[in-house]
Amino acid sequence: MPTNTEHQQTQPVIEFQDVEKRYGNKTVLNDLSFKIERGERVTLIGPSGSGKTTVLRLVMTLEELTGGYVFIDGKPLAYEQRGGKRLPVSKRDQKQLRTRIGMVFQHFNLFPNMTVIENMIEAPVHVLGKSKAEATARAHELLAQVGLPDKADAHPSSLSGGQQQRVAIARALAMDPEILLLDEVTSALDPEVVGDVLQILRDVAATTNVTMLIVTHEMSFARDVSHRVMMLDGGKIIESDDPETIFTKPNNERTQQFLSAVLGND
Amino acid sequence: MDYLDALSMHASRLWEGLLITLQLTLISGILAFIVAVILGLMAGSTRKLVRFPARIIIEFFRGTSLLVQLMWLFYVLPLFGPSLDAMLVGIFALTLNYGAYGAEAVRASMTSVPQSQWEATIALSMSWQHKIRRVIFPQAWALMLPSLTNLWVHLLKGSSIVYIIGMSEFTFELLQLRRTTDWFFALAMVGLIVYFLIALALTQLMRLLEVRAKHRLGRGPSLKEILSPMPPKTPAADNASDTHVTGGAR
Repeated sequence: MPTNTEHQQTQPVIEFQDVEKRYGNKTVLNDLSFKIERGERVTLIGPSGSGKTTVLRLVMTLEELTGGYVFIDGKPLAYEQRGGKRLPVSKRDQKQLRTRIGMVFQHFNLFPNMTVIENMIEAPVHVLGKSKAEATARAHELLAQVGLPDKADAHPSSLSGGQQQRVAIARALAMDPEILLLDEVTSALDPEVVGDVLQILRDVAATTNVTMLIVTHEMSFARDVSHRVMMLDGGKIIESDDPETIFTKPNNERTQQFLSAVLGND
Repeated sequence: MDYLDALSMHASRLWEGLLITLQLTLISGILAFIVAVILGLMAGSTRKLVRFPARIIIEFFRGTSLLVQLMWLFYVLPLFGPSLDAMLVGIFALTLNYGAYGAEAVRASMTSVPQSQWEATIALSMSWQHKIRRVIFPQAWALMLPSLTNLWVHLLKGSSIVYIIGMSEFTFELLQLRRTTDWFFALAMVGLIVYFLIALALTQLMRLLEVRAKHRLGRGPSLKEILSPMPPKTPAADNASDTHVTGGAR
C-alpha cells in the first residue's frame, strides 16, 4: 500500500463543502463534502450518472458551481463567502489556482492545428512563462517517458488513439500540476492499448507525488493506484475507504451490487 | 466588325472601370474581413456589454440595403457634416455591409469548433486572447472560409451598385458600351465573362487558402500536392477534407 504520512501540511489540497450541482431542475450532486490530502490518489467509482465526471469538471472549472464551495489548497476556487454572502471569486484568483490543476480527457482533446511538441509547449511557454528551450527540453523528456520519443513533430491526426492519449497525459504533466484529474482516460481506447496507457499512469503515480483524482471503469487500475476509493451514487458519497476494503468487503449494499455487476463482467 | 471597334474604342474606359471595381472588391473585401472578425468575436462573447453593441451593428447593416446605406452616406451625411469622397463612401458601405454578414460566418464557425477544444484550453489555463488566437481561430478559419468566399463574390457583384453615387466602375462603363453596341454584347458577353473571370480568380484563391487551412489541421493534402503538375495517384483530397477533426467528440 502506498504511504501518505507526510503531514507537514494539514491543509487538504482539494476540499468540497456542501457542493450542489444542478442542470436546470435536475440535481446531479447534492450536499457533497469531502477532502483530499496532498499527494493522495483518489478514485471515484459509481454507476453512470452518479456525478463522478461532474466532480472532476467542477475542480477544472468546466462547470458552474451552483451551490456550496470548492477549495484548492484552502483557497476558494469558484465561490467564496464574503460578508455572509456567496460571491464568485475573481477571475485572476481563479486562474492562479487553475494553473495548479491539470486534466486528461476521455477524448484526448489535442489541438489538431499543432504538432505534438507544439501542443505540449504552448501553455508552458505562454501561460507559465517558461522559455521555449526549457519547455521543449521538458516536453522531449515527457515524450520519452510516455514512450513516444520520435513523435514530437507528428500531427495528432496521424497518431492512434492510444498514442494521442499518451501525448495528452504528457501535455498535462508539462504544466507541472499539483493536481491531475483523469476523466475516463481509457474509455475511448481500443482494449489492446488500454494497458499501455494505464502503465504510464502507474509510473506517474509511482514516481511523482502529484495528487490524483480519477474517474475510471478499470477497477484493477483503481485498486493498484489509489489510496482511497469513493463510491458515488445519486450525487452523494455513499462509501469511502481504502481500495482493499472497498473491493473485498464493502459495507454499503449499493457498493456491493455495483462492484459485483462491474467485476462480474471481467 | 463594329462590336470589336466599339470595344477597342471603349477599352481604356472599361479598363479604368475595371480597376475601380477591383479596388473596391479587394480593399472592401479585406476591410470587411477585419470587421467581420471583430464583430464576430464580439457577437460570440458571453458578456452582454460586448455582445449587444455588436448585434446592433450587425443587424443594422445586414437589415438595411446597401443602396440605402450608400445614399445616406453620400447624399444625406454631407447635410450634417463632412462630405466624403465617393470612393471612400463606396469602400465604407461595402465594408460594413459585408462585414456584418461575415461576422455571422465568423461567429458561427467559432461556435462550431468542438466544445472539447475550448475545454482543453481551460484545462491549460489559457487566457481568452491566447486560446482564440492560437487554438480556436485557426480551427474556425478552415470552417469559415467557404462562407467568406461566397461573401467575397457577392461583394464583387454588389460593388456595381456604387454607380448610383457617381462612380464609374465596371458595370457603369458597360452601360456606356451598351449605347454604341447593344444589351446583348455589352452585358451578356463582356460583362458576364469579365465578372465570371474575376469571381473565378477569387474562388480559386480562397480554395487554396482552404486547402492550406485544412492541411494544417491534419486533413487533406498540402498546398504543394495540390499545385504540383503531377497529381498524386490517389486523389482522395475531397473525401479526406470531409472527415472530422480527431478528438472532436461531444
